[in-house]
Amino acid sequence: MNAATESAVKFDSVLLDWKGAFRLDRLSLPLRSDEDVVALRRHVRERAVGIGLSLVDQTKLITAASELARNTIKYGGGGGAHLDKLADGFRNGVGLVFVDDGPGIPDLDLALRDGYTTGGGLGLGLGGSKRLVDEFDIDTRPGEGTAIAVVKWKR
Amino acid sequence: MERIPILRMGDLLLVTIQVDMHDRLAMTLQDDLTERIVRDSAKGVLIDISALDLVDSFIGRMISNTAAMARVLDAQTVVVGMQPAVAITLVELGLTLHGVKTALNVEKGMALLGKNLN
Repeated sequence: MNAATESAVKFDSVLLDWKGAFRLDRLSLPLRSDEDVVALRRHVRERAVGIGLSLVDQTKLITAASELARNTIKYGGGGGAHLDKLADGFRNGVGLVFVDDGPGIPDLDLALRDGYTTGGGLGLGLGGSKRLVDEFDIDTRPGEGTAIAVVKWKR
Repeated sequence: MERIPILRMGDLLLVTIQVDMHDRLAMTLQDDLTERIVRDSAKGVLIDISALDLVDSFIGRMISNTAAMARVLDAQTVVVGMQPAVAITLVELGLTLHGVKTALNVEKGMALLGKNLN
């Protein structure tokens, strides 16, 4: 996952100040295979339970993670994910960053629209994930890759 | 290869998903089920997802596709046991499982398929 880690650094400045929140206990995982997605979901669940997210919010977060991890593999050609515990002084959250070195997303507005897909899927991955989390940020660069950051805060 | 077992009960096929579902496994299940419907002349398929802690768009599509294929092969599909948190997430994600019959538990699912467990 060296390449993916590098692109995370490249994208870091844009996405990852987490709006002033502290970032703790980063865990980085590779995303290359179906099994990696299963492992990621398990780790995300652990983190979500750890900060006391409700069962519904846990489920929303791991579902979003599953969609985004699949995109990283399918459209980004593989990459990695970073899991962070976030604290902004008032509340805790789980932050996830998905990074790949793929072709980038040419038309972001279109890609976020429900039902739009280039891969024969349902086209719910991006737009759907966005609805399932509290914060959603994309940095995509043609020919360089894509980084997507999401946060679920404990309510 | 990893597989989800399919049990036969009369003219019904029963599937209980108890593992972390990944994409390849979902596709294998879809293929296995359609094959078994034909081979066993099954009239109904009951899929118990009470142990699944998430249904994302891929698993959702597998369920919809399986139900559609079963219908074409003259079998009905009922999905039972969806956890409330999963249902909430599914709808927010934008999945409606169009054309899929659901029931709260196995017993009610059986009734929907015209079978009485007693």
